[in-house]
Amino acid sequence: MLNYDIVVIGGGPAGMAAALKAKECGVDSILILERAETLGGILEQCIHTGFGLHYFGEELSGPEYADRFIELVKEKEIEYKTDTMALEITENNVVYAVNKTDGLLEIQAKAVILAMGCRERPRGALNIAGSRASGVMSAGTAQKYVNIDGYMPGKKVVILGSGDIGLIMARRMTLEGAEVKVVCELMPYSSGLTRNIVQCLDDFNIPLRLSCTVIGIHGKDRVEGVTIANVDENRRPIPGTEEYIECDTLLLSVGLIPENELTRAVGIQLDPVTSGAVVDENRETSHKGVFACGNVLHVHDLVDYVTLESQTAGEGAAKYVLGGGEEPEYITTKGVSGVRYIVPQKVNIKNEGDVKLYFRVGQVYKNAKTVVKYNGEEIISKKRPRLAPGEMESVIIKNDMLKKFAEGGVIEISVEE
Amino acid sequence: MQKNIICVACPMGCGVTVELDDNGAILSVTGNTCKRGDAYARTEITNPVRSLATTVKVEGGIFNVVPCKSAGALPKDKIFECMEVINNTSAKAPVKLGDVLVADILGTGIDIVATNHCPIK
Amino acid sequence: MNYDVAVIGAGVIGSLIARELSRYNIKVALVEKCNDMAMATSKANSAIVHAGFDAKPGSMKAKMNVAGTALMPELCKTLSVPFKPVGSLVVAFSDEEMVTLKELLERGIGNGVPDLEIYDAAKLREKEPFISEEAKGALWAPSAGIVCPYELTIAAVENAVVNGVEFIRNFEVKKIDFADGVFTVSNGESKINTKYVVNAAGVFCDEIAALIGDDSIHTIPRKGEYMLCDKSIGHLANHTIFQCPSKMGKGILVTPTVDGNLLIGPSALDIEDKTDVTTTAGTLADVLTAAKRSVPCLTTREVITSFAGLRAHCTRDDFIIEPSEKNSQFINVAGIESPGLSSAPAIGLYVKDMLIKELGAEEKADFKAEREEPVRFRHMSNEERKALIEKNPAYGRIICRCETITEGEILDAIHAPAGARDVDGVKRRTRAGMGRCQGGFCGSKVVELLARELGVEINEITKCGGNSKILYERTK
Repeated sequence: MLNYDIVVIGGGPAGMAAALKAKECGVDSILILERAETLGGILEQCIHTGFGLHYFGEELSGPEYADRFIELVKEKEIEYKTDTMALEITENNVVYAVNKTDGLLEIQAKAVILAMGCRERPRGALNIAGSRASGVMSAGTAQKYVNIDGYMPGKKVVILGSGDIGLIMARRMTLEGAEVKVVCELMPYSSGLTRNIVQCLDDFNIPLRLSCTVIGIHGKDRVEGVTIANVDENRRPIPGTEEYIECDTLLLSVGLIPENELTRAVGIQLDPVTSGAVVDENRETSHKGVFACGNVLHVHDLVDYVTLESQTAGEGAAKYVLGGGEEPEYITTKGVSGVRYIVPQKVNIKNEGDVKLYFRVGQVYKNAKTVVKYNGEEIISKKRPRLAPGEMESVIIKNDMLKKFAEGGVIEISVEE
Repeated sequence: MQKNIICVACPMGCGVTVELDDNGAILSVTGNTCKRGDAYARTEITNPVRSLATTVKVEGGIFNVVPCKSAGALPKDKIFECMEVINNTSAKAPVKLGDVLVADILGTGIDIVATNHCPIK
Repeated sequence: MNYDVAVIGAGVIGSLIARELSRYNIKVALVEKCNDMAMATSKANSAIVHAGFDAKPGSMKAKMNVAGTALMPELCKTLSVPFKPVGSLVVAFSDEEMVTLKELLERGIGNGVPDLEIYDAAKLREKEPFISEEAKGALWAPSAGIVCPYELTIAAVENAVVNGVEFIRNFEVKKIDFADGVFTVSNGESKINTKYVVNAAGVFCDEIAALIGDDSIHTIPRKGEYMLCDKSIGHLANHTIFQCPSKMGKGILVTPTVDGNLLIGPSALDIEDKTDVTTTAGTLADVLTAAKRSVPCLTTREVITSFAGLRAHCTRDDFIIEPSEKNSQFINVAGIESPGLSSAPAIGLYVKDMLIKELGAEEKADFKAEREEPVRFRHMSNEERKALIEKNPAYGRIICRCETITEGEILDAIHAPAGARDVDGVKRRTRAGMGRCQGGFCGSKVVELLARELGVEINEITKCGGNSKILYERTK
């Protein structure tokens, strides 16, 4: 049995930032477990730029953003094992993992930080009718083939879903010589960033069809075409609007799901909206000493926010390991009318700093207000010229305000038009 | 003449209209809600630029390709020409992050630099 | 090449026939038009071992079903194929359907089905807590079970190959000549010679028979669409839950699978195109609606994939297992629709008996009946895992995260007798890519491993043979 103060599961941006922060806070015995061959996580294949504007104040590519943390992990001599898969976390924070060189690892941790990231929703979840020909893959899989392996997964492409990965891959495939015929989006708005719509689609004259979906996949061995159709306000295809589009590839960019299999297996409470753990302001889950951060907690739009959140978790885990602190007194947070979720879901009112609440709205709003209420009473109101589901919002609850709250209280955030 | 563009200076995504005279000189910029929108629209009309991220072929590396980017923004209308140059370039492993893979591409003054490491196989 | 018997079609039927024949000192070829075995009906069906109360008494279906179901548990054990004796329930929703249950019970007793019993609503609910409030009762058949149909097929072929059968892939039979008591079977490019032909070509049985001028068989592909749900709702059915049969077939079932998923389906639609395994939104919606009649709390939320399979329905409405009228050395095994999977072990024996007599073959002394159990890392204890990785480090590298499948298991699948040659082949043998992410993460790793082990470029690897390639040329 190995012993570490903190075991971090996942060596992507979340895991690395959490580990580095914990180290900075005085914990030396830290081990990062990473399932891929290198640290860096999904950033390694995100070769486009646009990362780091908030955190570093410059535009980096994914690998560059990751490299800054990889270098720090090495410099600070934080231990890590790549090509290593965590299989199980026990009630007592024993982590089981495997790799080729160590075999089965049994690691007793004082604290565990979950930073496993997320995965893409597959075709099955959409139940698209038609054949099971090759040429249907998630946008992220295609991204790996093009950017890491250096192979083209298709020549004539239809993309379903206008999330950022879908938009980025539309441009990427076009630059590499493929013809992207259309990007279809089920919703009446794109969930991607506006700049990506302009720079990835408009620049290359790739049409974006809103309220439109793929209803059929054709082709026996390899995809030969898809049928798309417009959808009504209930997202059902409108008969008569079907259109056949010849293509050899269908890329799916239809949402991300936190990878919480380990979390679920140990019985940690999950939030049905985020599909991530329910956490407090330190990102501690319902299981004592287990923290979660990054896309495994909730899907972020910017890696910069992942880094910040993970530092919070790293600091929280360090505090936990180093001991002290009294029994927490929690208030809960709740998104209402227009706000889909809030992270953290609970806040310890004995916390000594300010607390930042992150939240997401359910639709696009223009010139709206976000209103924070404590036990029904308005405490903060912020005018927002634009709110969109693709962009994470935040609000800070100042510590002096927090001190006035009582255990069991409820903070609600809503959108008012 | 009128040109409509979407400002991407911030997530607002304002629709901005630029009025041009017959010589292509800007007469007015409207629809923007801030100064940054005005500036963005002017650059976008007179000299639209984009940064480029792609990959370069690697010989003898652990990967077939290494990611790269333009160290600064390139003229938008030269993007595909730049791709052609980059696609005809090949680097020898080991490649280090920051290595210049194509210097001064197409005389733009902009280098194409590696954005990751690619060790020897 | 010269053979005593050529079995056309490596579905569950052809494969089990070939395996039975491999006990004898004869030369057997198993000829398959696809890149792998179990590529049609055998990979897309309900995966049910039926008790045998449905078929008309005296029919081949009834005989083979009851005999096959009795053989199945032992066969699965011998071949290391997962089989679960979960039993089945036919649920009645009205007093009339309760009468139907009685008829089924009597028919079942006539067919020799053991231990049938009619449950009242209370007993049914005790067995199936999530069953509809509307359910009045059910017919309980404890001898029914579930099996993985493609694993059974793969295991049968592997074992047959170990015992000397030649598995010939990508050989689409286009021409059969007969001269001097010997058939010449051709795919247009190469030929094999054989004394006997077993036509086990599933929905294509009629076309294969027609190659020797036998027009007696008419196959109608009857499409069934299914939805497979995540393991997280696997507990919604403890047994195979049928509804009362109608003219359209056995209706929509809700069943656990051997892997702990939940399977619902199939629809039933007669079609013309024998390769049409497309799913349709409307039909899948109907399947769900019908399934909800049995288990109302089902939703599409947990659906991880949907698929369609074709049943080889024949106009004769019974299994056809007999020599062709045109040539007694040509054995038709046609019209093997439901309960074909349940009957497969018995059909294997039945066809073997027909041929062995004719050939005067003798049993081999060195026949190896058992197929070694493949390594299943996910089912092992941590101690077993430790020991395994010490022996072979490849078992320490997880490739498929969702199903916990190791590199070692994938290498085993590729290097097995009649091993995997494409991504779907690896998936069927190991479950890599069958989980929640449906190959999103591991797909490219499986492609890499296949390319490395088969010694080809990664863009030569296909999803399922033919033109189903995954990657085009290098980007640069």
